[in-house]
Amino acid sequence: MTRERSTKGLMAAAFAALLILGGAPLARHRRFEVPVVLGPGVTRVTRLSDICPSLKGTLGDTAVYVLEGREPGGKAVVMAGTHANEPAGLLADLIIIENAAVDKGTLFVIPSFNNSAGRNTRPGDGYPLYYDIPTDWGSKRFRMGNRDASPLDQWPDPDVYIHYPEKQLLSYIDARNSNRTWPGRPHGTIMERLTFAAMELMRREKIDVAVDLHGAETMFPVTNCIVAPERSSKIATLASLTVKATEGFDSHVEPSPPGFRGLSHREIGDHSGTAPFLLEAPIPFLDQPTGPKTVKFLLDGKDAFLLSLAGKKKLFVPYDASGWPMDKRVGQHLSVTLEILRQFSKRTPGREIVIRGVPRCADVVKNGAGRYFHDPSKADPKAVVMD
Amino acid sequence: MTLVIMVAYYLLCAYLAGILFWNFLREKKSREELWLSLLVMVPLVLRLLRVK
Repeated sequence: MTRERSTKGLMAAAFAALLILGGAPLARHRRFEVPVVLGPGVTRVTRLSDICPSLKGTLGDTAVYVLEGREPGGKAVVMAGTHANEPAGLLADLIIIENAAVDKGTLFVIPSFNNSAGRNTRPGDGYPLYYDIPTDWGSKRFRMGNRDASPLDQWPDPDVYIHYPEKQLLSYIDARNSNRTWPGRPHGTIMERLTFAAMELMRREKIDVAVDLHGAETMFPVTNCIVAPERSSKIATLASLTVKATEGFDSHVEPSPPGFRGLSHREIGDHSGTAPFLLEAPIPFLDQPTGPKTVKFLLDGKDAFLLSLAGKKKLFVPYDASGWPMDKRVGQHLSVTLEILRQFSKRTPGREIVIRGVPRCADVVKNGAGRYFHDPSKADPKAVVMD
Repeated sequence: MTLVIMVAYYLLCAYLAGILFWNFLREKKSREELWLSLLVMVPLVLRLLRVK
């Protein structure tokens, strides 16, 4: 009897240790906050729940950084973190928040659009929980998120996700994918409320341009591109041609398919006066036939298997031994975003959006993305937001 | 409706974790059964604690 008890006691202790060692890092990740130093252009920070109160108290709620210019003009939204496992967009958005000054117009920046996905993990695929970006003052740590919102925040999943309002049948997992739930509704699932709040922001503020920053596999055909519906295609084409001519990198234009519902590049334009653009930068880390999913691979994009596949012409982007580093992906997002805003401003007198202080691709590649993050310990505490 | 399903799901998790723990206490011979009871409890307990 005593022996049985001691055996069970040891087993229960092993069980408790397994729970603590396995669960504590996940619990810490979910609560981990990133300090954001507000730059010279940020005039206020609001939340999407101010527009859609049903988001309040949920992890669907997220911060909106508003950069109001000295002169009136047009308005733009730059979103990232729709898919929180595509981190170049998040870094690009934070560089804008920490450095941009707006001369004309207003910029709304939403760096962690799907906040719940940013606090979700993918340990089953061997994803790291965090990654560190080297800066001039040390390194800055970020959460590595997942593509979909956490089931802790939105549950149960349906057998089939029925898109609102088009009733198109989508995969069950897309119920938690905030790039399948546009245009959303105020009392739907948390993801539908999130996209509804963003739509309301665009409708109420009469936003001219919406840029949604993403990353895509090198083996996926829709990568290294600007996805644009009909109304945005002219500006997208001009931006694509200009970055190719002046900065020397490709970002071709892909048409937004009208029959595929729920995506930002389709629904934003169909349900508001805003012109949407979805930017895809290649992210080798998300490809399936690769080596281990390490932080190093996430940051440098170098993989021997992909290099071999590139030799067999199986990839949709140029790929060599230099990989596809994070700095290049962040830089491309910034350059294409700035070019879209510049092209829009040139063609829309009275609605210009003029920004300065944001580096372009060559600057980020040369200096590293970390150069543009400011030390929160040396900043005015009132200018630091935990996000 | 989803709230009702969510609550039912957590109650189901608690019930399953409870009977697994009961099996663990009742099992006298098989160590394999004991380990299996504990291992199957891991995801249920993590969900109940709202960790994963």
